[in-house]
Amino acid sequence: MNTPGGEKLLRQVLQQMDPALQQISATELASILSDSKDLAAGHQIPAPRRWEDPIIQSLIPAGATVLDVGCGDGELLAQLLARQVRGQGIELDQSAVFKCVARGVPVLQIDVDRGLREFADGSFDYVVLEETLQTVRHPVELLQEMLRVGHRGIVSFPNFGFWKVRVDLLLRGRMPVTQELPWRWYDTPNIHLLCLQDFLDWVQQHKVNVVQAHVFAAGKVRPMQDGDTLYAEQCLLMVER
Amino acid sequence: MSLPSSTTPRSKARKAVDDPPDSPQSVGWTDAQTLRIVPADEPISLEKGGSIGPIDVEFETYGKLSPAKDNAVLICHALSGDAHVAGWDRHAEKAGRGYRLKHPGWWDTVIGPGKAIDTNRFFVICSNCLGSCYGTTGPASVNPATGKPYGLSFPVVTVGDWVRVQALLLDKLGIDRLHAVIGGSLGGQQALEWALAYPDRVGRSMVFAASPRLSAQGIAFNAVGRQAVISDPNFRNGDYYDHTPPNHGLGVARMMAHITYLSEEGMHAKFGRRLRDQTKVISPLGGEFEVESYLDYQGRSFVERFDANSYLYITWAMNHYDAAARWGGGDLVAACGRIRSRVLVVSFSSDWLYPPKECEQFAVAMCRASKPVSYTDVHSEYGHDSFLVETEPVSHLLASVLDGGTR
Repeated sequence: MNTPGGEKLLRQVLQQMDPALQQISATELASILSDSKDLAAGHQIPAPRRWEDPIIQSLIPAGATVLDVGCGDGELLAQLLARQVRGQGIELDQSAVFKCVARGVPVLQIDVDRGLREFADGSFDYVVLEETLQTVRHPVELLQEMLRVGHRGIVSFPNFGFWKVRVDLLLRGRMPVTQELPWRWYDTPNIHLLCLQDFLDWVQQHKVNVVQAHVFAAGKVRPMQDGDTLYAEQCLLMVER
Repeated sequence: MSLPSSTTPRSKARKAVDDPPDSPQSVGWTDAQTLRIVPADEPISLEKGGSIGPIDVEFETYGKLSPAKDNAVLICHALSGDAHVAGWDRHAEKAGRGYRLKHPGWWDTVIGPGKAIDTNRFFVICSNCLGSCYGTTGPASVNPATGKPYGLSFPVVTVGDWVRVQALLLDKLGIDRLHAVIGGSLGGQQALEWALAYPDRVGRSMVFAASPRLSAQGIAFNAVGRQAVISDPNFRNGDYYDHTPPNHGLGVARMMAHITYLSEEGMHAKFGRRLRDQTKVISPLGGEFEVESYLDYQGRSFVERFDANSYLYITWAMNHYDAAARWGGGDLVAACGRIRSRVLVVSFSSDWLYPPKECEQFAVAMCRASKPVSYTDVHSEYGHDSFLVETEPVSHLLASVLDGGTR
């Protein structure tokens, strides 16, 4: 993409997205335009592993009940259980399930693609979908199940609308590979990638309230603000009916 | 959400070599004990009516009971099992149990010093259930009122009765509370019954390859075996102790049962369509296939060590156990509301006697009752027998729960 005039064209596109992006430095632009690198090798600071955990900890009071859907090794639940939270995990991967059992985290090895029919209406204070939504076959049904079973839902996912992802797709015409999304199209667990805007659309259409929202952007975690559909690399939203 | 990982525990066949009695991993030579749990003059009444006394119980223990008596682990055996769960029977020959000379106890792979159920730490108890034929009072025992074996005059016993008798044994041993109750198959149903019947006496309940009730298919499997026993001319309505026992019927029952312990894929891997003897004369009586001779052997060796009446009593108990009916008026969720122990439910992917879908029901009911629970379906081709054979994942799960807290 090192065509003459490419830089000028890209600056125009970025300005269309957000005038603020006009301020981008020449070095960063050159790095984006350089065909030899993909975003994974770029200068971007990746979100710390499980960056959401401290936020979720702060959102959930002691003594609450929590269902963690796609709980992995049970790291979050183990921390919550230590705070007298009654927690239950769901996880499909057996080696992760065994790790949960080893650390004393109650876990059910079932496929969430069949819904949360094991759980009664309103049986948990919080249902957590930490980096789970984009991996399931029926994400909208799962969101509805989340709000049936839980009084509040906590959802986190990578924002496919992050501007660098958009530019990468625009310039290279391939599924972007980033530090946040390090997989190729054929080996990714993320079968339903979405943008923050998509989620906000769903929220609006289904009359769901966003109680709190945080993003990981430009190397740090902060509350969500206007324009984050473009700047958020990862996002976390707590929602309720 | 984790990615599918290549470290997922996979099938590992049974250990090629048993731990010999002098192995540091073996509990060594074992001495069964017998205690009179119910005296002759104070019979206990049973769940389905009738009463029985005296009751003698044969049991084995390994390890040391702690001064606080808080390290007891009860193991519950399955249909054809016994109290000899680990180590080598010192009295096998003398007691007419010569078959025990070939192998250690039925779950020796997971019980012993340094094993998953570590006898350096835990006091392990396993008792033979009421109505069985391995030292605990059963239909082959002499009825003191008549001086003859009970036969079919032995009262019908249930999983609930077995657990009650185990609780009476623990009373005799001065053990108020169990660190854990563990069982597979019909033993798993006893572990479940323990959690329901004595919620305050159990810290952890581990249920392997068992569901809250047997499916219609499971009852159907049992029906074939039971019919084979009953229709054997030597059965004589259970009164065969002075005659040749109904060995043929019991052998066929065992053949049928063995099919339900394996799986289609496991049988294919183990036997395929291999022939036992290529030179055998062609005959419509068959018997050429290796799988046939294997089942035949299983049937014939079983009759040397099992009583046909006990088979009927125990399969009856297996058919009729229904945790929901017994403790929740038919509602399993209501029944689970009683449970206070930490619960682990484990199924095996190729089990068609207690299929994963059935085992899962207990875990799901726990969730609906807002009780924490762990459930895993272990991938295995060994069918129902997996809980005995899949030593690596089973050991991991046992050790994890025994080590952990009870939340």
